[in-house]
Amino acid sequence: MLEVGDIYKNYAGKPLLQGVSFGVGEGETVCLLGPSGSGKSTLLRIIAGLELPEAGKILWDGKDMASIPVHRRNFGLMFQDYALLPHRSVAENVAFGLRMQALTRAEIQARVAESLEKVHMAAFAPRRVTDLSGGEQQRVALARALAPRPRLLMLDEPLGALDRTLREQLIEELHRLLQTTGIPAIYVTHDQEEAFALADRLVMLHDGRVEQVGSPAEVYGRPASAWAARFLGFNNLIAGSVAALDPLRVNTAIGTFQPAEMPIPIPALGSPVTLLIRPTGVKLAGNDHQVNQVSGVVEDALFQGDRFRIGLGCTLAVSLQFYLPEPLIPGQNAVLVIEASSIVCLE
Amino acid sequence: MRISRLITIFLAAALLIGACAAPAAPSVAPTQTALPTPSGPVTLTVMTHDSFAASKEVIAAFEQQNNAKLSFLKSGDAGAALNRAILSKDSPLADVFYGVDNTFLSRALDSDIYEPYASPLLSSIPAEFKLDPQNRALPVDFGDVCINYDKAFFAQKNLPIPQTLEDLAKPEYHSMLVTENPATSSTGLVFLLATIAHFGQNGYLDYWKTLRDNGLVVVDGWEAAYYTNFSGSSGKGAQPLVVSYNSSPAAEVVYATTPIAEPPIGSILGKDTCFRQIEFVGILKGTQHLALAEKFVDFMLGVKFQEDMPLQMFVYPTNTQAKLPDVFTKFAQLPAQPAILDPAVIAKNRDAWIKAWSEVVLK
Amino acid sequence: MRFIAARDDRRPIGAFFTRYAGVWLWLLPLLFLGLFFFYPLGAVFHLAINWAFTQGWSVDVWEQVAHPLLFTVWQALLSTLLTLVLGLPAAYVLARYTFPGKTVLQVLTTLPFILPTIVVAVAFNALLGPRGVINVLLMQAFNLANPPLQVMNTLGLILLAHVFYNTTIVIRIVGSAWSQLDQRLEQAARVLGASSTKVAWEVTLPLLRPSILAASLLVFLFDFTSFGVILLLGGPHFATLEVEIYTQALQMLNLPLAGLLSAIQLLCTLLLTVVYARLGDKQPIPLIPRLQGEGTRPPRGWRQKLLVAGMAAVLLALLVSPLAALALRSVTRLDANRGERGPVIPGLTLDYYRQLFINQQDSIFYVPPVQAARNSLAYALATTGLSLSMGFLAVYAMRTRSRRWMEALFMLPLGASAVTLGLGFILVFNRPPLDVRSFPWLVPVAHSLVALPFVVRTLQPVLLSIPGSLRQAAAVLGASPWRVWLEVDLPVMLRAVLVSAILSFTISLGEFGATSFLARPEYPTLPIAIFRFLSLPGALNYGQALAMATVLMAVCGISILIMDKMSV
Repeated sequence: MLEVGDIYKNYAGKPLLQGVSFGVGEGETVCLLGPSGSGKSTLLRIIAGLELPEAGKILWDGKDMASIPVHRRNFGLMFQDYALLPHRSVAENVAFGLRMQALTRAEIQARVAESLEKVHMAAFAPRRVTDLSGGEQQRVALARALAPRPRLLMLDEPLGALDRTLREQLIEELHRLLQTTGIPAIYVTHDQEEAFALADRLVMLHDGRVEQVGSPAEVYGRPASAWAARFLGFNNLIAGSVAALDPLRVNTAIGTFQPAEMPIPIPALGSPVTLLIRPTGVKLAGNDHQVNQVSGVVEDALFQGDRFRIGLGCTLAVSLQFYLPEPLIPGQNAVLVIEASSIVCLE
Repeated sequence: MRISRLITIFLAAALLIGACAAPAAPSVAPTQTALPTPSGPVTLTVMTHDSFAASKEVIAAFEQQNNAKLSFLKSGDAGAALNRAILSKDSPLADVFYGVDNTFLSRALDSDIYEPYASPLLSSIPAEFKLDPQNRALPVDFGDVCINYDKAFFAQKNLPIPQTLEDLAKPEYHSMLVTENPATSSTGLVFLLATIAHFGQNGYLDYWKTLRDNGLVVVDGWEAAYYTNFSGSSGKGAQPLVVSYNSSPAAEVVYATTPIAEPPIGSILGKDTCFRQIEFVGILKGTQHLALAEKFVDFMLGVKFQEDMPLQMFVYPTNTQAKLPDVFTKFAQLPAQPAILDPAVIAKNRDAWIKAWSEVVLK
Repeated sequence: MRFIAARDDRRPIGAFFTRYAGVWLWLLPLLFLGLFFFYPLGAVFHLAINWAFTQGWSVDVWEQVAHPLLFTVWQALLSTLLTLVLGLPAAYVLARYTFPGKTVLQVLTTLPFILPTIVVAVAFNALLGPRGVINVLLMQAFNLANPPLQVMNTLGLILLAHVFYNTTIVIRIVGSAWSQLDQRLEQAARVLGASSTKVAWEVTLPLLRPSILAASLLVFLFDFTSFGVILLLGGPHFATLEVEIYTQALQMLNLPLAGLLSAIQLLCTLLLTVVYARLGDKQPIPLIPRLQGEGTRPPRGWRQKLLVAGMAAVLLALLVSPLAALALRSVTRLDANRGERGPVIPGLTLDYYRQLFINQQDSIFYVPPVQAARNSLAYALATTGLSLSMGFLAVYAMRTRSRRWMEALFMLPLGASAVTLGLGFILVFNRPPLDVRSFPWLVPVAHSLVALPFVVRTLQPVLLSIPGSLRQAAAVLGASPWRVWLEVDLPVMLRAVLVSAILSFTISLGEFGATSFLARPEYPTLPIAIFRFLSLPGALNYGQALAMATVLMAVCGISILIMDKMSV
């Protein structure tokens, strides 16, 4: 369906996107995940035709979109600031794209009603958009983007300006909507919770390049790099070097560890790697020495409702965080043993 | 910044072009005789000063005789009208211009706005009026600019009527005189010339200084001076002395609502207090209706128009064949010793005199 | 129209036209300015420099230039000071207090700004002239023979008219700033022990200084370029640069000197405009000062009430009385017509209005004065169309290219006086096809140049306020660039367009300085006709001038009301 081929883009003389490629298949929701300023919105605009790349192609069903102007691509775009026409009512806003398609009045009315129904805003049809709250405006913007039945829907950080509960509610609705309509979609965000909730596939952007592509589970389970892991919120990252290959053993400043799986590609003996230690899957060590142990001073123990977050200071430089069902007393020494599956060897 | 540089260059070029464009040589549109269209009358535009007047019948007679329509453009006092004509000479606003007088004649002739025309009627006009040997400007009428006084005012105040120019500066006549700005009014300029003829080029400014100190009132044109400031006319203004014409008493008799035997105003006719003003007509260069314009000039110099003029504009005809109405012979007197200045001297110094006068009187 | 950065435009031939559509966007208004503004100005400078080099700087020339220049500066300074004396307290009262009738007063204070100079001059003539309302009343009350109040053709009258005109500017600029002042600063000062005068001196005034400076500069600029007021109310004795240019060009036919004076005038006004743009011009100036800051309150105590009532009374007296006198005198017959030597029956009459439709002297000579109204209307409509289209193109051009100096460019005609423009026009546009006779659009072009800065200043902020995402959203939804403009830009700009249209219309109706150079004698405009009739003697002519001025005043008043509705 959509093929983004090797897009290069400069901004203010400096490179922004440096060879970004990915595709969106039928009915698929692809999430562009990356920090602010990584060029995600620019990429969306390039796909929409609002901006031109320095190099690269946008292909739809194999056809190059370069010659097709913005208003003829039949893509949908939902803006971060909603971009609703202020002088029009909700219904008129939703009908805008339909008017451009020259449908009959009756058809337009029917489709407007259908779209508003999908976003649960049918009752708001005659209201002025300036009277609506943020969440309501967001829904109207979504309805407006969907009404002309675009062949691709793009959403540019649509939930950025909303508060937490609203956001969670809308994420759920969006997910359902995207599933039922089956439109291929690109969702841009810097928040990985949104990304995980909505994406069929994640594309992580870092420094203008694709860092990792995969399903949320894949990405979460196996971050491609230390940066990716950090971006996904993993704190326990330790540098080390490969001590042995079969079984895989990594030497680090706080001990030697045996991850459960071999990374791909297989690292060379002695090469530097980063170990990711998940905060779950730990327990207090018994008296016998086992592999995958860490010891240190308990720095803090935060209550988090159903578990405690324990900060363990292993060395002066390294602090790790773990989740335990019971608290440990700060200041005391502790030894924890980690399940092998909780240790992942990154590049 | 590429584009902005382009724009700057473009605008600088426009500025430079305007600056370097030499004052355009007058492009004279070739005068063609317009073929008389069988249908519809041809419109002849005549630019005049504000005081132009002619009776409807006389005008209509010309229009019918020549299948023409006359359109008169009143363009201010003679000086203003002439300036207008000069400024638009490359694309003239009219076909004929009437109203230049002997004081502004040199400016008109130097600006080369006229087309020469030796009208056959010139033979009926005495030589003293034909100031342009090339017949670009042809004399139509003349009058004398004199001081008018309000008889009733002086009788009531028991004041003797001033007889000479020097009298006007006397303190008993403080704030009684209104004159016109010679820069804008030919009447005012003519009077200025009278003072120069009398006091000489070195003395006239002192005279005007004393007049100014004596409460002289200056207005822009004769219409305002006579009809607003003069107490002897309909405006019932504040000044009983006005720089006007020797024919104005006759006019007052003509326009009186109830018949009167004597005019309520008179003219001061002492030596050098009056100055002869001759008015000219000329065909403007670039006219599209040369033949018709020539006919109109003939018409203005012809007896019919010349005999109509006195009671319309209160001026004297130049055509010796024309008869004066009784009112004129009875109530308008020609001065015995009008002031005289060599036209060449006027031509040379007029602008400097006006400027000097402005400095002394207005500032 | 592409809203994409043109740097990236590597589109194939299909979009060739749209790429270069952006070019003629700014080319057209620039050509317009180049041909009709810079080219004539260049000719004026050429004239001046030519003369300066051939004649040299004799003492004579120096005096001829210095005299009007010094007077211009002098009267502008005096006027500005007096305007501040009235305007600052007025701004204070309007910014800080609410009282019944405040909105009416606010609208009234805007009226002078939009009145043509000729109307103001005639109005003051009708109020304070020898046959004006005050003199007539005094003469009747005290049985006097001569009018007691002889203020015509005095400096005082000129200053008074200037104060009338420009108080509104001070009220608007300083008043807006004042009403937006954080009162807590003053309150903090008082808590710290400062007396009221100390607070005013140390806190309020320094905070207001930028706006006072901006207002003073603008007022000075307007007084500096004042033409109609000086010409009509000052008489032959007072000559500012503008009047002197007019006199030298049209009466003395001394074009080189007129050019020299124009060049000096231009340099001065350019300097002033630049200084003003640098210093003051940050915020958009509201057309009608809606001074409803949160700090306004009704006056308490007799002192405050007295102040408010006094100020309101003074403002009303100053602003309303000349206009009321104008309207009143236009329907009053007191004197004889020119040449009418019979008795006159004084009383109210609509004769002067009726006479507007009649040719005065037996239809050979004049056109009926109402024809002047028709001409003015035609010119005004043409001006509106021309200035709106140029202004539109200009603001769109300014969106994409380097904005600041383009903005300065289109603001320049504000600084060039209309008289200088007229002089430039008759210097370069005196031959077919672009001369007064063959090119009837010359007058609307001149008017458009005068109106263009105002149009640009009104349209630009509105255009800039349209978020880019709105246009992009429309484009993505399927709107072609033309459609985007129609559906997004136009509805937002509609109000501003209407306000600009009305502004251009009234500016054109009342324009006098340039038109006096350019109008053909047989196609006068209303201000020209009024001017002519004023210089003719007799009550009929005077009355007709008054009648026409009243009509013009009424049209401007209605425009203000409409713009008031639009702006808010």
